Amino acid sequence: MTTETRKVLLEPLIVNNPIIVQILGICSALAITSKLAPAVIMSIALTAVTACSNAAISAIRHYIPNNIRIIVQMTIIASLVIVVDQVLRAFAPEISKQLSVFVGLIITNCIVLGRAEGFAMKNPVWPSFVDGLGQGLGYSLILIALGATRELTGFGSLWGHAILPLVSDGGWYRPNSLMTLAPSAFFLVAGIIWAVRTWKRDQQEQADYRIQVVHRTETQ
Amino acid sequence: MEHYVNLALRALFVENLALSFFLGMCTFLAISKKVETSLGLGIAVIVVQTITVPANNLIYNHLLRAGALEWAGLGEVDLSFLGLITYIGTVAAIVQILEMFLDRYVPALYNALGIFLPLITVNCAILGGTLFMVERSYTFPESVVYGFASGAGWALAIVLLAGIREKLKYSDVPAGLQGLGITFIAAGLMAMVFMAFSGIQL
Repeated sequence: MTTETRKVLLEPLIVNNPIIVQILGICSALAITSKLAPAVIMSIALTAVTACSNAAISAIRHYIPNNIRIIVQMTIIASLVIVVDQVLRAFAPEISKQLSVFVGLIITNCIVLGRAEGFAMKNPVWPSFVDGLGQGLGYSLILIALGATRELTGFGSLWGHAILPLVSDGGWYRPNSLMTLAPSAFFLVAGIIWAVRTWKRDQQEQADYRIQVVHRTETQ
Repeated sequence: MEHYVNLALRALFVENLALSFFLGMCTFLAISKKVETSLGLGIAVIVVQTITVPANNLIYNHLLRAGALEWAGLGEVDLSFLGLITYIGTVAAIVQILEMFLDRYVPALYNALGIFLPLITVNCAILGGTLFMVERSYTFPESVVYGFASGAGWALAIVLLAGIREKLKYSDVPAGLQGLGITFIAAGLMAMVFMAFSGIQL
């Protein structure tokens, strides 16, 4: 593996992570992470679609007329998503029910279209495929972290297996039901962003206004 | 009538697309810095959603659904696997037509919405609305009500968030949370507030 390929593959994991740095593909990251299993399935589905669509679009990039490129990209992505959707319905019908509309929404997931437009249109097939894989893995990393945290703290289990004995079954762990609810995902993502930005200070945003002491009145 | 009011209120508050299904989050977080621009985007979403959901409803019920091609003598054909690609095509086409129509006949509105219209094609709230409509098998009148109300719910959420963010500019936020981080927390708190609507039945 060359250094260039390794950089394309590994950079999206943390440094240029699609969710927490580029703010792409957040919808599904928040909506389907209350348990680990759907998060993992969704990660695999998205990584497969991103990698394959990047490769396919890159292969025909010289033949796509510029003004209709978005529609061509959409068609390729939508076809791949239909394949993924049909495979899930056939082999994992229960997970497919849980994910409900979110498999279909991979079509409008900004990561897929963003990489097609930003990377695959300018690069050869193999780097595009690796780039799609890397971005998908970056997305998967956050999804799996969120799914694992929320299932462990919210249900005391991982992948459906009990890890922490619940109070209701005579154990000691009282499940934090906030974690099973949707808003908790926002707070967890905010926490991850905070942690990463404390570590990588160059990603911090500047405040519009600074609070300053301009005039001090002595009261004592 | 009562049924439609109930459906509209559910789509507006209880099942708010942005705050309980997290659809259209990218634009929701990226374009909510100012109330004015977010209002423009919100109106564009309402318009597109009100047209695309009923349009896709007609396509689904008369072309794609199992047995929908009865009128053409093809009763046993089931094209529902083509759903996703058809819906996104419809959305893209309608957005394009709307853009050209506004440019020609309502230039003032076109200038106000101009930059947001192409963005809407890839807003997952639009495709999500259509997919929910199919999943819950709404009838045509129901889909009109649902399309409008779900779009209005999304617009309401983004305008509210923009209002909060305008005030947040003056607050002293920890450096790492500045900008994106605090927006996530504000949106999370808003989602919790909207949860209070769940369970309301009319």
